[in-house]
Amino acid sequence: MMTDIIDTPAEPTFRERHASTIRTWRLYARTFRNNGAAMIGLIIIAGFMFLVIFGPSIVPYPEDALGATHIENKLQPPSEKHWFGTDEVGNDVFTRVVIGARVSLQIGLIITGISMLIGVPLGIIAGYVGGWVEESIMRITDIFLSIPGLILAIAIVGVLGPGIGNAMLAISLVWWPGYVRLVQAKTLSLKSAIYVDAARSMGASKMRIVFVHILPNCLSPIIVKVSMDMGMAILYAASLGFLGLGAQPPFPEWGAMISVGRNYLPDWWWYSFFPGLAIFLTVLGFNLLGDGLRDILDPKGRE
Amino acid sequence: MLHMIGKRSILMLGMLLGLLVITFSISHIAPGDPAALAAGPDATQEMIDQVREEYGFDKPLVEQFFIYVGGIFEGNLGRSVYTTRPVAEDLMVYFPATLELVLYSILFAIVLGVPLGVISAVKQNGWVDNVVRIVSSSGVGLPMFWLGLMLQLYFSLKLGWFPLGGRLDLMTDPPTAITGMYTVDALLTLRFGVFFEALHYMVLPAIALSFPALASIVRVNRAEMIETLSLDYVTNARAQGISRFRMIAVYALKNAMLPTMAIIGLRFGWMLGGTVLIESVFDWPGVGLYALQAVTASDFEPVMAVTLILGAWFMLTNFLIDIIYGVLDPRVRGRA
Amino acid sequence: MTELPVLEIRDYRLNFNTFDGVYHALDGVNLAVGKGQSLGIVGETGCGKSVTVRNVLGLLPSPPAEVISGEILYNGLDMLKVTPAEMQKIRGIEIAMIFQDPMTYLNPVFTIGTQMIDVILAHQKALDKHARKNKKQARAHAIEMLRKVHLPNPESQIDRYPHELSGGMRQRVLIAMALSGSPKLLIADEPTTALDVTIQAQILDLIAELVEDMGLSVIIITHDLGVVAKVCDNVAVMYAGQVVEYGTIDEVFGQPKHPYTEGLLKSIPHPGKPPEELYGIPGFLPNLLTPPVGCRFQARCAKAMDICGTPPVNRNNVGHDRTVLCHLYEEGFADA
Repeated sequence: MMTDIIDTPAEPTFRERHASTIRTWRLYARTFRNNGAAMIGLIIIAGFMFLVIFGPSIVPYPEDALGATHIENKLQPPSEKHWFGTDEVGNDVFTRVVIGARVSLQIGLIITGISMLIGVPLGIIAGYVGGWVEESIMRITDIFLSIPGLILAIAIVGVLGPGIGNAMLAISLVWWPGYVRLVQAKTLSLKSAIYVDAARSMGASKMRIVFVHILPNCLSPIIVKVSMDMGMAILYAASLGFLGLGAQPPFPEWGAMISVGRNYLPDWWWYSFFPGLAIFLTVLGFNLLGDGLRDILDPKGRE
Repeated sequence: MLHMIGKRSILMLGMLLGLLVITFSISHIAPGDPAALAAGPDATQEMIDQVREEYGFDKPLVEQFFIYVGGIFEGNLGRSVYTTRPVAEDLMVYFPATLELVLYSILFAIVLGVPLGVISAVKQNGWVDNVVRIVSSSGVGLPMFWLGLMLQLYFSLKLGWFPLGGRLDLMTDPPTAITGMYTVDALLTLRFGVFFEALHYMVLPAIALSFPALASIVRVNRAEMIETLSLDYVTNARAQGISRFRMIAVYALKNAMLPTMAIIGLRFGWMLGGTVLIESVFDWPGVGLYALQAVTASDFEPVMAVTLILGAWFMLTNFLIDIIYGVLDPRVRGRA
Repeated sequence: MTELPVLEIRDYRLNFNTFDGVYHALDGVNLAVGKGQSLGIVGETGCGKSVTVRNVLGLLPSPPAEVISGEILYNGLDMLKVTPAEMQKIRGIEIAMIFQDPMTYLNPVFTIGTQMIDVILAHQKALDKHARKNKKQARAHAIEMLRKVHLPNPESQIDRYPHELSGGMRQRVLIAMALSGSPKLLIADEPTTALDVTIQAQILDLIAELVEDMGLSVIIITHDLGVVAKVCDNVAVMYAGQVVEYGTIDEVFGQPKHPYTEGLLKSIPHPGKPPEELYGIPGFLPNLLTPPVGCRFQARCAKAMDICGTPPVNRNNVGHDRTVLCHLYEEGFADA
């Protein structure tokens, strides 16, 4: 073995070059694996993603997704043919719940996406610029944070009119303050960190400091928050859907399905039971996953 | 301490002003004609013009804002197109119902959540702890409207233990309105039968509304207790001979309650928002259901009024929690 | 030692069951403190000094700690086997403890008076009904104890919160608290480590004074050989979970027998010694997850021999009440 090394001073292998990165990831994986709850979350979300990707090709009645009509089949209890039963116009509830995963993912991504687009820049500006700019941004943020989110979203939807698009917009409008607070706190602590000082003393431009030093370091807590928020955003959208203010039937959104299905309780319980279960599992999955991610990425960020 | 209360009060007044700006913005800068929005969906052009005049929608925004705020201070929250009554009058009727529901729910969440968190922490990894952990992790993701429906399905429709919805049986004569909260009024007028009936109607909606908050409180309290019990001052107290019970119930709990208070404040906001969902499920005649019916009818002013009143309530609660925080933690008191 | 020791630890073995495996923290510790005597336990951080004494008052959480063998005899009573109720009558009353960091060993949300009175009242439970102090008497006693530890203005200081006091004052409070039950044995776990040098001397003087006054037996744990030399009669040198040398201060510091003690003494800086002559023991503490076979010091020992890798290493008597854990002093070996 000794001779090997002396004879061939060749290229270090991939494993050797990235030894420290590999070690970090192995540590992450170990921390995560030892966290039973996080693993359950991962499994749920893996299942959810599977349905998102392959849902349309595995569902038994794809034409039911956006609302077909088979009145002769209406309100059938769960059976081999219809695992979750059928609804009042004969659509397969299983098909619609599975397709709902795709809808929910889109809703979650759009809401967290818009919130981040508003919240992250404001947070960086507040934390980095300071002074009255920070003061005004943070006070506005505080006011938004101190209004019950669902109520404010309902008020906004009330003005904009019901519908899934407006519901998502309304929820985003009440969601961004969380990102401002997170990013501002992180930016503040980074701003005083030694290596940013060093970068500044070497004459790095403000933009460069923000993009090279501050933003990448905000990434971990943002990822954790996004993962937690995905579930909550889906829950909020479903709540609006349930109230008839979000997605409108027959759009396959879980909350909207329950909103119709509740009229068929108790005899046709499956109609509202399964979409609710889907919301529950999805939100739970994202929460547990987020908890697990926080343990490895941002251990000090607990509430 | 007084210094701190003063400072917080000023801060809260500022927040209330901000809240007014937000509700004002939503109702006045919204896309479309705000006058048409306020006049309701079936208004004629004449009515719309009248509303425009009355609310000053044709004046500059700043002036409109002062008119808006001035009106609110006079108790004028507008008129509901749907009920045809002034919104303020409607709120006098519906708000106590919501207040009662929320108070019972938060009480339930705290009274059950804190001890469960403590027991769970003290008997860490025991069976109680495992059950509590599973239930509380799930609770955070549970859609409360669905939970409400399922409780109805099982406990009302299947078992028949609890009524399906409402605050009292339709045949029952509600107690004389003193506070507007049925359980309180029933006690004040010594109608104990009505008191228990009102409680009976309260059980399912209160459980559904409090469950996510309960789950959060248990989780945070458990985590804080575990951490506190491992701290040096607890070891010291034990070494000096303080009994285990006193150490847990007094020494550690007071410290663990600080973060728990913070989470109670946060989750209280969820609860206020959740009233819309729960009142809709249980047909509970509170401000949530009122706002929901108004939104559905494009009746705008009740919605803004409810937003305002629930927002103010949430701010007030957080103000109180800040003060309790100061009472519990001497370090905060000094800093203010 | 003619009379029975107050505290005697015999063949004490303790493991920590950690995620990485079994950590052999203590391996056959033997110690004794006589009445009115003071014993110093010295050694590097992580050698098991604190762990040795924590379980005298049952303060090690189990799991992860697991006692493998041995006994801790307090006046003949095995502290490893007492019931929680019996332990309650010993903590603070028979045996008291003070800890390293005065910043973290006082509860931040209670005044020092509340905490001291609590401790004093807890002690009353061990007394006969008629002899018990009430709350007012307890407060008077607390003030008296604070005066005894030379805290200025005890009458007003007693109502202050820990964060309002300096580190030295807090350590005085902790000492007052520990001694408030008039214990017979005081265990001080690194009592001065977290303090400024000038405060250290004051606290040591205070401990020495109180020991004299109250006729206490004392165990002082420290990594500071100066502290031991100043306060103690006897000293136990610990290394990697074992007592490697035991004897009076004069004997051990005057004529160290164990190679580790020698190294330790040579590594103390003092004014007359140029820094380049300072000695550092080469190598590191062994990993106690996989302790070395035979002598635990062999890898770092200048006098290591082949036999050092062979168990058992015996405790050899090298004088009256003086032991060394080393093959060098094996019967018949030293003569060879």
